[in-house]
Amino acid sequence: MENFYFSEFVQYILNGIAQGAIYALIALGYTMVYGILKLINFAHGEFYMVGAFLGVFFITHFPPYLAIPLAMMTAGLLAVIVERVAYRPLRGSGRIAPLITALGVSIFLLELTRVIAGPGARSFPQFFDNPTYNLFEVTGSKFAWLDGVVLRKSQLVIFISSLVVMSTLWYIVMKTKMGRAMRALSMDFDASKLMGVNINAVIAFTFFLGAALAAIAGILVGMNFNNVEPYMGQLAGLKAFTAAVLGGIGVIPGAALGGLVLGVCENLVTGYLPSSYRDAIAFGVLILVLMVRPWGILGKPERVKV
Amino acid sequence: MSLEYLLPLLMLFGINTILSSSLNVINGYCGLFSMGHAGFFAIGAYASAIVTRDLIPAMALSSPTTALVLACVIAMLVTGLVGYLVGFPCLRLAGDYLAIATVGFGEIIRIVIMNTDFLGAQTGIPAIPGITKLWHVAAAVALTLWLINNLMRSSFGRAILSVREDEIAAQAMGINVRFYKTFSFVVGALFAGLAGALFAHMAQFISPNNFTFIISAQILLMIVIGGLGSQLGAVLGAFLVTFLPEALRFNQTLSENRMLFFSLMMIVMMLWQPKGMIGIFSRFLDRKEAPKS
Repeated sequence: MENFYFSEFVQYILNGIAQGAIYALIALGYTMVYGILKLINFAHGEFYMVGAFLGVFFITHFPPYLAIPLAMMTAGLLAVIVERVAYRPLRGSGRIAPLITALGVSIFLLELTRVIAGPGARSFPQFFDNPTYNLFEVTGSKFAWLDGVVLRKSQLVIFISSLVVMSTLWYIVMKTKMGRAMRALSMDFDASKLMGVNINAVIAFTFFLGAALAAIAGILVGMNFNNVEPYMGQLAGLKAFTAAVLGGIGVIPGAALGGLVLGVCENLVTGYLPSSYRDAIAFGVLILVLMVRPWGILGKPERVKV
Repeated sequence: MSLEYLLPLLMLFGINTILSSSLNVINGYCGLFSMGHAGFFAIGAYASAIVTRDLIPAMALSSPTTALVLACVIAMLVTGLVGYLVGFPCLRLAGDYLAIATVGFGEIIRIVIMNTDFLGAQTGIPAIPGITKLWHVAAAVALTLWLINNLMRSSFGRAILSVREDEIAAQAMGINVRFYKTFSFVVGALFAGLAGALFAHMAQFISPNNFTFIISAQILLMIVIGGLGSQLGAVLGAFLVTFLPEALRFNQTLSENRMLFFSLMMIVMMLWQPKGMIGIFSRFLDRKEAPKS
């Protein structure tokens, strides 16, 4: 009996990591934009939703290896347009005005998708069969405690693709010229401007990157749950924001860590407590972190100077 | 246009006015940024519905007006208390963090209601007596506007404005910033509770779906369109958000997609005229009155 319980626990952790990887992918976009512009891109959750819908659209028309990059790029371009139209004119006019436009953009994208694609949920085109592996059978009888732990192929795809995507992001941020410019901007906006960094290009690139990550998260979720709907972005966006704050907003590894922690927490709590409180957990965590340690796990406290 | 059609609309306009004016105290005057106002609206509605469901029958009150007033007062007290409990920890947070925390609280309030059987859980509370009359709403609106207007002319109001203009300078002048932030938050919550009580007894049925995040966004929209930090702007915004969808009724596509229209308006307004409709009017007025330099 004890083994059974342990396998249940492992199962929750596993599901939590898959869920957390998704939160992490979305949270990365929040954190990158916040790191540079000190703007909470409230519309970021909608890029995740739009990305999922674009995924549905492109996968039904193109082969998957072409469709997924296309969906990511289209979502990225959309984010660049949004930045150009709604955020850039307000740069430097305080932190509240862009927040209001971001909220407007969020509702606008949500409603636009609802109008174009219809309010109902859609099933995601399955381009590979999605068997469920029993880990006990896969590993042989060596690990008795794995008995009963199952893993869907789509979850495996989530693990692998988020690892690949995050490594690529790490490479871009740490090793390329554009990445260096991004880091410079988040360190000191004005100084980088004086040093000749093309801030508009870097900011546009950051938005592009963030939305592309959100889009792939949307596609992965669509694949895993076989369900895409216009309202999926709001809650996911807020939860991913929680993940970003939890890890330390503005700190890129923090977003990944926060996402995983939040995903695992959520699954453990829903596993052992009434699941109707599932959505309250994220917000509870958010408020707790904001109260106790607003700079998050990996961040540093920010000092307000006169 | 028949009266039966106009009457609920007018009442809704009044309720929206109370909501927008109350959010205006927090967001417009005090410069905080709350995005969870639907949560307070919900608490007011539920508290008052509980009062008329469980308390009023026991008291055997004869007049529905007395019952409504009692429900309103209790709803306001409960909402104010919750506003204090939420505001006390939240208001340590700066600008955008506060915004997100209030979104979180708004959602938590809704999720807790959805999981409480005493409050009707998912199905909501049906058969609330529909005792709200137009004159009740009108009186409540007048009271709200008068109180908020007087508050803003008092030393309290001046202190609240100073917190908005420059927190550090205000603190240096001996203003207790924390106190005035909490105070305006509680005032905003109180009046949202009043609106909730009136709404519950007008709609006669409330459920958690009446108080989603989109409602918070809609209240915010009213003050953004009307003009942040302007009493007249809050009324104007409530008017537009209430009646514009009705004006669009001639075309079904337009009226079904009113949020699309509103969100676009929110973006355009912020980009083009951050002071809202009031800003546009005052620009024309200023042009007339401005002395030649």
